[in-house]
Amino acid sequence: MTVGIVMLTHGDLARSSEVARYWATSGCPVVIHVDKRVEQKPYAAFVQSLSDLDNVLFSKRHRCEWGAWSLVQASQTASELILREFKDIQHVYLASGTCLPLRPVSELVQYLEERPRTDFIESATTNDVPWTVGGLDEERFTLRFPFSWRRHRKLFDGYVKLQRRIGVKRRIPMGLVPHMGSQWWCLTRHTLSAILEDPQRDLFDKYFSKVWIPDESYYQTLARLYSHKIESRSLTLSKFDFQGKPHIFYDDHLQLLRRSDCFVARKIWPDANMLYDVFLHQNEADTKRAAPTPSKIDRIFSKAIDRRTKGRAGLVMQSRHPNHNWENGMTCAPYGVVQGLTELFHDFEPWLSRACEAEVHGHLFSPTGVEFLGDQDTYGGCLYNSLEARDYNPKAFLRNLIWNTRGKTQCFQFGPDDTQDITWMMAGDPNASISIVSGAWAVPLFNSNRNFSELRKEAARLQKIEAEHIKILTSHYSKARVNIWTMAEFIEAPMEPLQTIIDSMGARSKRRLTEAPRMVDLTGFGQFLQNLKNQGMHPYLMGDFPVGNDPKPNTPKRRKPYLVK
Amino acid sequence: MGFIRSYRLRLLRKRWRIRAFRKRRELRPVADRTKAIKKNDIIVFSTLRNERVRLSYFLRYYRDLGVSHFIMVDNNSDDGSREFLADQPDVTLFSTSHSYKRSRFGVDWLNWLQMKYAHGHWSLVVDVDEFFVYPFCDTRPLRALTDWLDASSIRSFGAMLLDMYPKGPINAEPYRAGQNPMEIASWFDAGNYTIERNKKFGNLWIQGGPRARMFFRDKPELAPALNKTPLVKWDRSYVYASSTHMLLPRGLNLVYDEWGGEKTSGCLLHAKFLNTFSEKAEEELRRGQHYSASVEYKAYAAALEDSPVIWTRWSEKYINWRQLEILGLMSKGNWA
Repeated sequence: MTVGIVMLTHGDLARSSEVARYWATSGCPVVIHVDKRVEQKPYAAFVQSLSDLDNVLFSKRHRCEWGAWSLVQASQTASELILREFKDIQHVYLASGTCLPLRPVSELVQYLEERPRTDFIESATTNDVPWTVGGLDEERFTLRFPFSWRRHRKLFDGYVKLQRRIGVKRRIPMGLVPHMGSQWWCLTRHTLSAILEDPQRDLFDKYFSKVWIPDESYYQTLARLYSHKIESRSLTLSKFDFQGKPHIFYDDHLQLLRRSDCFVARKIWPDANMLYDVFLHQNEADTKRAAPTPSKIDRIFSKAIDRRTKGRAGLVMQSRHPNHNWENGMTCAPYGVVQGLTELFHDFEPWLSRACEAEVHGHLFSPTGVEFLGDQDTYGGCLYNSLEARDYNPKAFLRNLIWNTRGKTQCFQFGPDDTQDITWMMAGDPNASISIVSGAWAVPLFNSNRNFSELRKEAARLQKIEAEHIKILTSHYSKARVNIWTMAEFIEAPMEPLQTIIDSMGARSKRRLTEAPRMVDLTGFGQFLQNLKNQGMHPYLMGDFPVGNDPKPNTPKRRKPYLVK
Repeated sequence: MGFIRSYRLRLLRKRWRIRAFRKRRELRPVADRTKAIKKNDIIVFSTLRNERVRLSYFLRYYRDLGVSHFIMVDNNSDDGSREFLADQPDVTLFSTSHSYKRSRFGVDWLNWLQMKYAHGHWSLVVDVDEFFVYPFCDTRPLRALTDWLDASSIRSFGAMLLDMYPKGPINAEPYRAGQNPMEIASWFDAGNYTIERNKKFGNLWIQGGPRARMFFRDKPELAPALNKTPLVKWDRSYVYASSTHMLLPRGLNLVYDEWGGEKTSGCLLHAKFLNTFSEKAEEELRRGQHYSASVEYKAYAAALEDSPVIWTRWSEKYINWRQLEILGLMSKGNWA
């Protein structure tokens, strides 16, 4: 008993010949179908190259086209020939010219001998398979497809639309339940001959010749009628990408393929010399190889599909430039934005970086300088402190910063005096945690030594900007985590908000806060606000500051950490 | 995209084709080996001037990738580049003494040569200081990539220009002929690029890197474009519109995904900053044959007076394509 190989080939005949020879010399009869589009001369040379082998035959040639009935015809004629000519065949294996046997033929033969009545053919009903391309699953069997999908796409689509509109439907022949699956099967003589010698074959053929991609459904459906035992999987390892096109294997896949535990793989790149050398000329001894890990191949290829369809979140690069709302993450990692705290505390930034292990920058978007951590000229990924370059594309600047420093949480100061161009981006970014003590911009004004009329104007400007900023962050478009305290609220009990800020940054410190930063002296701040009010400018963002009731600068007194259990 | 706009682009493409056709007279064949080009050969196209010292490594690099023919235009070299190239068995050499600027920086010449010789071939247009890196380039020849692109019905492949620089001053280590330039200029900027879409041609416009950082600090909008589409399955109706930054028909410029995914892309390692650079910058400035009144070279000349160090402590040292892919400068896409 042995296995017969039906090989369909249309290109790279040198490799097909090599593989056919391998099968044949290992004791498997081979029948080859060569696409009629291959010209006479190379075909003759191909036949000649295998002429010394008496168990290699060539079947009548059909002109094959992807997704067309002719592919089924090709396998039918070849199968008929192989069943007729080689009586000791128990299983027939359908392979292509770009298939490569990964394990010695003897192992395949033995495997099949142990399962003499099992058909290996992937066969699932249309409802159960997610991998149809072009949105046609059920309709493959109920519409007509006389036009080529590859060559006449418009006609193809138009005709499908027309049929849908009119509502015509083909009747599926009695007794058939449409099934689909990989076109590479291995059937027993019993099943295959039953399919080919069916009295109703003409009817079935006529029906399937108008089905779309019949090579994925003809045998898959008919095998269900006759098989004693269907094992619904293909023995051929074949991976498809997101467009339904097979992945190609190269030399660098050697280890993967060795450990795949599959009998045959497709598609192999014709110039993958090492793969052909290794697998076609391997000794039995080599086959005692490392433990098979077939899932690794799956992982690699499903990752490739993910990369192509979803991409890496927060990355914009030469081959990924998502349209608005298709970013799948504006930035790649959580980051913190703190507004109004440097104004309230002495040395707030060093304190914050001690408290939360984040890289705490100054005002990155300040109009006077790009204040990287430690006043560096450049930072991660060679971002540099040029105002013009930053303001040329502030969103890219922020996105690049977060991308370049993956693995380290970033945090920067923000304020109404800074470039506001990134407000919308931050608001829409779930990675941003924005903490605002509103109205704190007034503190530097209060401490500055400028004319009051100037201060008044500046205060009005900053208040307007901050109000707008807060409005955006609290609008229903906002996806960022936003915490806002008025300055009055904050000063009342600063520890709790500080803890919230640190927690929201995601970088968890081991302990709860024990040390508070030192607050600036606010004596007379209430009066300052009252003066602004008296001048007709109404500062409201900082909350209620009664005149005369100045907040005490909080001396670094140790508060007792409290625990909620 | 309205009908009128697409028709305008069509006219523009025709105009450039005619222009390229007229410029053919400026090219004089020195060594014509185009008969040796076989049906599936990948062809490299390049224009150069006085690059003798770079040529041997350049040819070797691309031969190793599996390029079987080079079609090159020599613009008036006097350092032996022409003689050297004329002797190479796989180089077809044209020479011209006409204006580089008036051939739109060599684009017209190459458009003509591509029209004539590249039809139906994969064509790679690179300068002699640009080294093409693509996913798996250490294990798979260029043909593997082009076969895969063919199978995926992709006609053009993007590769961003990545400026490489040495750690010390540019002049510190002299470049020897035949040496891998990345041994000296092995550093690059990993993440200071800005990307904008060009509405008219549909391509991305990428700026940044060390040139923007050093020479266009205060004028980032003038920084040179880094987006390139050097590898194209050529058809005689295609033209490069401006250097290899953009093509017509504009569909060829869509080398990026707009729906969140990543298309497969590569990089062109640009070994410009070697000791040959300052000399070159001076000469080019004198000739005034470069883009936009040679603004780029003016900026270089000004900055090069005091032999600057481009390197920073945040620079990355080049290892391989996988590193570039991890850094997000290029992508494997769905090629696995």
